[in-house]
Amino acid sequence: MQPILEVTHLSHSFGGLKALTDLSLEIFPGELVGLIGPNGAGKTTVFNLITGVFRISQGRIFFRSENISDWRSHRITAAGIARTFQNIRLFKELSVLDNVRLGAFGQHRYSLLDALRRSRRFTAAEQQVTNQAFALLERFNLTHYAHTPARHLAYGEQRRIEMARALISRPQLLLLDEPAAGMNQSEIEDLIQRVRQIQQDFDLTILLIEHQMRVVVNLCQRLTVLDFGQTIASGTPQEIQRHPKVLEAYLGKDGGLGQEAPEPAEETP
Amino acid sequence: MLRQKGFLIWSGAALILALAWGLPASGALNPYVIQILMYVGINMILTLSLNLVNGYMGEFSVGHAGFMGIGAYVASVLTVAVLPPAWAAPAFPAVLVCGGAAAALAGLLVAYPSFRTRGDYLAIVTLAFNMIVKSVLENISWLGGPRGYLGMPRLTTLFWVAAWVILTLLVLRNLVYSNFGRGITAIREDEVAANLTSVDTRRLKLYAFLISAFFAGVAGGLYAHLLQFINPRSFSILKSTDMLVMVYLGGVGSLTGSLLGATIFTVLLELLRPLGIWRWVVGPLMLVLLMIYRPQGVMGFKEARLFKPKLPTPGGGSPGPPAPAASPLRGQ
Repeated sequence: MQPILEVTHLSHSFGGLKALTDLSLEIFPGELVGLIGPNGAGKTTVFNLITGVFRISQGRIFFRSENISDWRSHRITAAGIARTFQNIRLFKELSVLDNVRLGAFGQHRYSLLDALRRSRRFTAAEQQVTNQAFALLERFNLTHYAHTPARHLAYGEQRRIEMARALISRPQLLLLDEPAAGMNQSEIEDLIQRVRQIQQDFDLTILLIEHQMRVVVNLCQRLTVLDFGQTIASGTPQEIQRHPKVLEAYLGKDGGLGQEAPEPAEETP
Repeated sequence: MLRQKGFLIWSGAALILALAWGLPASGALNPYVIQILMYVGINMILTLSLNLVNGYMGEFSVGHAGFMGIGAYVASVLTVAVLPPAWAAPAFPAVLVCGGAAAALAGLLVAYPSFRTRGDYLAIVTLAFNMIVKSVLENISWLGGPRGYLGMPRLTTLFWVAAWVILTLLVLRNLVYSNFGRGITAIREDEVAANLTSVDTRRLKLYAFLISAFFAGVAGGLYAHLLQFINPRSFSILKSTDMLVMVYLGGVGSLTGSLLGATIFTVLLELLRPLGIWRWVVGPLMLVLLMIYRPQGVMGFKEARLFKPKLPTPGGGSPGPPAPAASPLRGQ
């Protein structure tokens, strides 16, 4: 089977600081893969490289066998890679509905002239996107807030808006950046259910960054562990949990499995 | 409901045009008032134009007088030196469009730097652009250099001003409430996130600057054929400052606010005429007070209901295939 995402020998540095060294990764359709590691290990950097926020200087990224290494972000997203952010990035002044509809920007097939003339094609396309957005709002229990500015909503709801915004673009690959950050135990259980459900309903492949072992062990089929930009291990969650290097670098320091410390922000796009 | 509003808008527009045609002809308004109304209209176009870039897109252009100047000079040269005098009047709308198109081309010059820089740095780029336009105009001798350019017939009438205000309003409203408009506001809110939700920010910046510069250029053409005299100093930073005051007074990211800001500012400056040179302190002073007490302006991010489309709802006689509620995007 062809991998849906293939990362080969990817390296990145900020000035003199090596943030990521020689990462190679293959993700196959339908998989749920976790990328874990302590803070500052380079996890978000990987996402930023895949989605074109940072320019790639070394290594290559293939999406469905196509080299996307030098594509710009909007093209990558339109091609089918959607993501969420560790620290929520919504369009705060815009309504929840508009936030979600913006996720479908790349799907719009009407021209500027159609919009200015309010042509039939414009009206049909707008209505279709609006319908899709409302269907997603319903799924995430947000219908009630459709016309409310996103900044008025609570943290958990904002996370759900991000998810809806990512899903409306009909992605094949979804990148989730610490979706459980700032959540309590029951919210995490809820999230795990939700991610599983979404993956099934939308035929998704998911790459997930996570800090909390409980989440990845429950969700992911495969894990890759980063530390100081180096790939120190990869395998099934069971293998990873026993891996001496991982225990030393990640778990040993933190004092064991499932310990949840508040997350300081990693480098962000 | 939607029908009714459409009817209201179109009949309102027709009424305004009829009045703009009939009132000056009937002699019911004195020429001074008509003159002021035309200034209000031209300033409305300028404010709407600048609001697209500064209010909706959230960039900070301080050089829009440059676009206005280009439109004014191109339109003037066309009616004075290129077209035979008899053609000038019937070709006036086309002349204005040419002026606007020339300004739009200049808009590209500013749009490209905006791909890489934003915020303060882009403001400096637009400032430099404004200064370049002014110095170039000052140094072209066949355009009169610093002495200015004259001989334009007085073609600007209240009717043409009203017609262009309505057209500007219509274009901007339809732009703002579309996929493109949402993308433009997304650039203001969070440019990186916009890119990562598949918004082609470069293309949108290009569109925004093109449209904005076009209407600023048209306003310049109307202005030149009202005053019948222009010089490079009319399009200096001071003019750009006036536009900023009108945008931030009326309200950023609001069409209603643009109309309001232009009206208040123009009328106020006229009423303060007795103050002589001191009235030029009013604009900057207003800007300072506004920034302190109401930085978003009178109508910041708010819109009169007349200009807003109906709140979108699901279904509603959609010609497209209805999305199933449970998993709408499956099996695409």
